[in-house]
Amino acid sequence: MIRAAVLAGIVLALPAGAQDRRTGYDDMSPALQAMQDDPMNPAAFWLIDGEALWSEPAGTRGQSCADCHDAAEDSMAGVAARYPAWDEEQAAPVDLNGRIALCRDRHQGAGPQDRADPDILALLAYVTHQSRGMPLTPDPDPRLDPARARGETLFTTRMGQLNLSCAQCHDDNSGGHLAAALIPQGHPTGYPQYRLEWETLGTLERRIRGCLTGVRAEPFAPGSADFIALALYLQSRAAGLQVETLPIRP
Amino acid sequence: MSVLINVPETAAPGEIVTIRILIQHPMETGFRTGRDGALVPRDIIESVACLYQGEEVFRADLFPAITANPILSFHLRAGETGRVEFVWTDNSGVTARDGRLLTVA
Ligand code: HEC
Ligand code: HEC
Repeated sequence: MIRAAVLAGIVLALPAGAQDRRTGYDDMSPALQAMQDDPMNPAAFWLIDGEALWSEPAGTRGQSCADCHDAAEDSMAGVAARYPAWDEEQAAPVDLNGRIALCRDRHQGAGPQDRADPDILALLAYVTHQSRGMPLTPDPDPRLDPARARGETLFTTRMGQLNLSCAQCHDDNSGGHLAAALIPQGHPTGYPQYRLEWETLGTLERRIRGCLTGVRAEPFAPGSADFIALALYLQSRAAGLQVETLPIRP
Repeated sequence: MSVLINVPETAAPGEIVTIRILIQHPMETGFRTGRDGALVPRDIIESVACLYQGEEVFRADLFPAITANPILSFHLRAGETGRVEFVWTDNSGVTARDGRLLTVA
């Protein structure tokens, strides 16, 4: 009940035009949609690796993810739809990428992790896959609210030498074009994603880095509080849209 | 490097089936420079062949303009039960192979 009320609040707070929200998938050509719908798309390689890593012992403790979390199909269902979430130990929000890196470090004893490490990326793809088709459901923990508000501020703040905000492109001009690229509404429904431009799987963080360098702004440091704040806002802005896996983007 | 091969498990004699292979490969063109300014060495698959019933039924030559992680798809007429076997070779001469059994009944 409380959760429903919080969600309703978030939906009401959406910007104008949010009634017809479109994901990047909706905006893709039928050929690219068919590629995403095909289970044999290149993102599958990361999913396969992630599934294997899930039950592989790692770190000084020699424990696997499965040793603590059992079958990912059960324990991880819906997790990606809810993240970012609150981390008690750091008393700060953490995204799923960071959570997996923390489990490797804290619980497996594998030391601090590089968020962009291929194994972390594969595990991220595998964990996210367990939320396939589920609606994004922002975590109602009120301790996340300040960061989410900070994210909204960042979203509407002009940045970089081109002096543009995320909102100017993704709220005001979505559906328009930037050179040949269609400007999507910028929903974080499909991450990690296989981008044809990257020719590999990449995170939301990498995608946003691309937008920031595009406006010649300084990208956020990996895993920075500002990036996670932005991810929290993007997630509530996209509440109710479905988690896409295995996502493809141009 | 993994590979995904899509061969139907069974087919009727004479049936036309779709065969697909997705190969995990960087397909590095050899034209790009790395962070140090030096050329990244070319690393591409140069040929992919498919064998069935002791015969080559498909062959493709790949070039630097082909995407990373390429997928190839073609049709095959089912004859007898046998392996649909792929053999692919990169520009340093390294060959890999993998296949699936196609049961014709
Ligand atoms: C100058 C316009 C512009 C600005 C400013 C901009 N973006 Fe983007 N963004 C784009 C375009 C264009 C794409 C699609 C790229 C493509 O398809 O090649 C995109 C893609 C995205 C996506 C991918 C959506 C999907 O379907 O996967 C997200 C998320 C995103 N942007 C978030 C942001 C955020 C957050 C900011 C502010 C920090 C921002 N963008 C600033 C133009 C912009
Ligand atoms: C020794 C036990 C242990 C191992 C091994 C472990 N975890 Fe965890 N995991 C936890 C605990 C405990 C939490 C709760 C958060 C915390 O206290 O760090 C957690 C939380 C999580 C969450 C967040 C779940 C949620 O609902 O918020 C994810 C995702 C996760 N782990 C993924 C993984 C992955 C992927 C691996 C393997 C790389 C892994 N974990 C290995 C104990 C473990």
